Amino acid sequence: MNPENTRELLINMGPQHPATHGVLRLVLEIEGEVIKKCIPYIGYLHRGVEKLSEDLTYVQSLPLTDRLDYLSSMINNVGFCIAVEKLMGISVPERAKFIRTMMSEMARICSHLVWIATHALDVGAMTVFLYAMRDREKLLELFEMVTGARLTVSYPRVGGVRCDVNQEFLDELYKFVNEFPKKVEEYETLIDRNRVWLRRTKGVGVITAEEAINWGLTGPTLRGSGVYYDIRKFFPYDAYDKVEFEVPLGKNGDIYDRYKCRMLEFRQSAKIIKQCIELLPEGAILADDALRIRMPSSPLKIDKKDIQFEIYIEDKSIEDFINKFTEVYASIEAPKGELGFYIVCDDSAKPYRMRVRAPSFVHAGVLPRLCEGALIADVIANIGSIDIVLGECDR
Amino acid sequence: MNPIEIVKKIKDKFPEEVLWFRCFREECDITIKKEKIKDILEYLKNTPTLEFDYLIDLTAVDYLGFREPRFDVIYQLMSIKHRHRLRVKAEVSEQECFINSVVDLWKTANWFERECFDMFGIEFKGHPDLRRILMPEDWIGFPLRKDYPVYSDLKDKEWQPYKELKELATGWKENEP
Amino acid sequence: MGGLIRIFDNATQPVEVEKDLKIVPGANTIITTIDKIASWGRRSSLWPLTFGLACCAIEMMATGASHYDLDRFGVIFRATPRQADVMIVAGTLTKKMAPVIVNLYHQMAEPRYVIAMGSCACSGGIFNTYSTVQGIDEILPVDVYIPGCPPRPEALIEGIIKLQEKIKHQPYHKERCLSGICLIENENSKEKNESHRDSEENKR
Repeated sequence: MNPENTRELLINMGPQHPATHGVLRLVLEIEGEVIKKCIPYIGYLHRGVEKLSEDLTYVQSLPLTDRLDYLSSMINNVGFCIAVEKLMGISVPERAKFIRTMMSEMARICSHLVWIATHALDVGAMTVFLYAMRDREKLLELFEMVTGARLTVSYPRVGGVRCDVNQEFLDELYKFVNEFPKKVEEYETLIDRNRVWLRRTKGVGVITAEEAINWGLTGPTLRGSGVYYDIRKFFPYDAYDKVEFEVPLGKNGDIYDRYKCRMLEFRQSAKIIKQCIELLPEGAILADDALRIRMPSSPLKIDKKDIQFEIYIEDKSIEDFINKFTEVYASIEAPKGELGFYIVCDDSAKPYRMRVRAPSFVHAGVLPRLCEGALIADVIANIGSIDIVLGECDR
Repeated sequence: MNPIEIVKKIKDKFPEEVLWFRCFREECDITIKKEKIKDILEYLKNTPTLEFDYLIDLTAVDYLGFREPRFDVIYQLMSIKHRHRLRVKAEVSEQECFINSVVDLWKTANWFERECFDMFGIEFKGHPDLRRILMPEDWIGFPLRKDYPVYSDLKDKEWQPYKELKELATGWKENEP
Repeated sequence: MGGLIRIFDNATQPVEVEKDLKIVPGANTIITTIDKIASWGRRSSLWPLTFGLACCAIEMMATGASHYDLDRFGVIFRATPRQADVMIVAGTLTKKMAPVIVNLYHQMAEPRYVIAMGSCACSGGIFNTYSTVQGIDEILPVDVYIPGCPPRPEALIEGIIKLQEKIKHQPYHKERCLSGICLIENENSKEKNESHRDSEENKR
């Protein structure tokens, strides 16, 4: 063919597309099979959570966080609660800490199960989907036993958890995590030596460690490139400093390594849950001073003695300003990466500003870097490997 | 490194720029003038003892009616090697609603700055592709500013295509048996 | 033809099992109205459009997966609107997404149905903000509402059965089919949408 007669082709992918994991839209400029340019468009699920929470009290804002990353709503709740606890200076009872850790890891398994199900489905392995959803259903039943809800649990509270776990639940869970590593092996036998799977993941979507840091990747997506960064180890929260676990690292930074990292995290999560059940202490599940946040319109009183500041300009009003607005940033390790809550408090019952640092937002930003120069079939594999949820991405 | 030591170090290096710092719950934030923001962040990133190689978050807060200048642009920094964090804030006023972009330093700033522009209307000078990201491109207003309405009924600020869709829908709604 | 007549001769009289449905014993024949036949065909293989917007999409996925198995109702998810009969709007609809959803709706073939799954699709739910549509019935005709945040898979199945019941009582003519009105009244709306989309593309 005469090259003068050829031209670049624009392909619109999404927002309604089964493989974009929600309402992500990509505009691809392709030349033959090679992608010249990839422009992601997000915001099709922008619900204004940050704005809405400015209009709701702290307790009312909690259910909003469920709907950010709806695959692991428990972890979002925990993140928000930890941020408010840090703001108020509440210390959580030991038992509640262990329950939260246990539940967080269950949510992590849940999220990774949906990830492996959909990612494998996108790349072409249908069976994994059915196997993974089968096991996820068991976990959801366990969630239901304690919280009464399958997906959007709103179970953690500022200062602890809503209700206690009973022995029946713990026995069921123990049985589940005992069997779970075998189930993971089952998934691995389905795809680990599958030639199609290997060809489509090995050496595809490579990102080096320096680049990954520069792009702000977190979670398994970063660890696939071999960077040791896990908030559970770096800045331990809840009971993560009391349980033993390892952080799996990849080497090459391709899709296969990210997949391997998540598969190993399954086993680590099961291990953490097991330890939590064994170590679960007796005692209260809600801190006493957490009650002062539960009144619908009671203002949040922050102890101003904790603020330490120095002003280098001559302006008297600044001191009042510093005393009025207090702020914290608390982050936790969500299944997708670092989930941070930045809360500015003006001593009223409502947050002055709640900012959600969503890992999916950052990860979606790296898509052009992964896709450009690659083949068109790899786009799907790349989207799957960075594990984005659009609810969290758009907020 | 202890956050207060970091702040002292910045103060020594850029004595004119630092306005104040504050520590609360073992977190430190330092407020600076916006003119040299890029130099300061570059210094923080490339100095071996600090090495803030990781931009966790970039956002803004609107202090309408509480302070002048109105906005704070907030940079959450972290160092993977030294395991410390710092929050840098730059004051931006409504009249001069712009600040220098840091996309050259961290690529992740690209989308964060676009979001900040989308939500607050703060312009980032030197950004390669400053467009709205979450809202449609012909949206009116900046949603996260404090003077923007929260609720769904936007009245005359409503997005035009959605208004048209609603008008079309009234046609069949009237004919519905 | 002769054979057929003979069978009728030999057979007993048609038996009415329910209204407008007669069975001729021994003749392997059913006598009914065209409305009944059409609605039987329509309701027995409802193919929904995979239209996952938010949290409810995960429950929709779980309903389609191994444990709840929607396939047993003849419900098979299709990725293209051209092959779909029913659109399950699962999740929050934002204003930015609204033109897209109307576009997809118009791409579906008649007769078409809409299920609003979840509180957000029914009424906006907890998200009463500047960027969300307060219920998809602001812009689309809805046949079945399923409340819940998100609804359980059982609720979705119940909703699909309710839709099947609704189709059962609908006549064959599409003019009287509720969802059809939108198309007849607003034929130009489709063009408008597409032209809007084109202009959006051109801008980029």
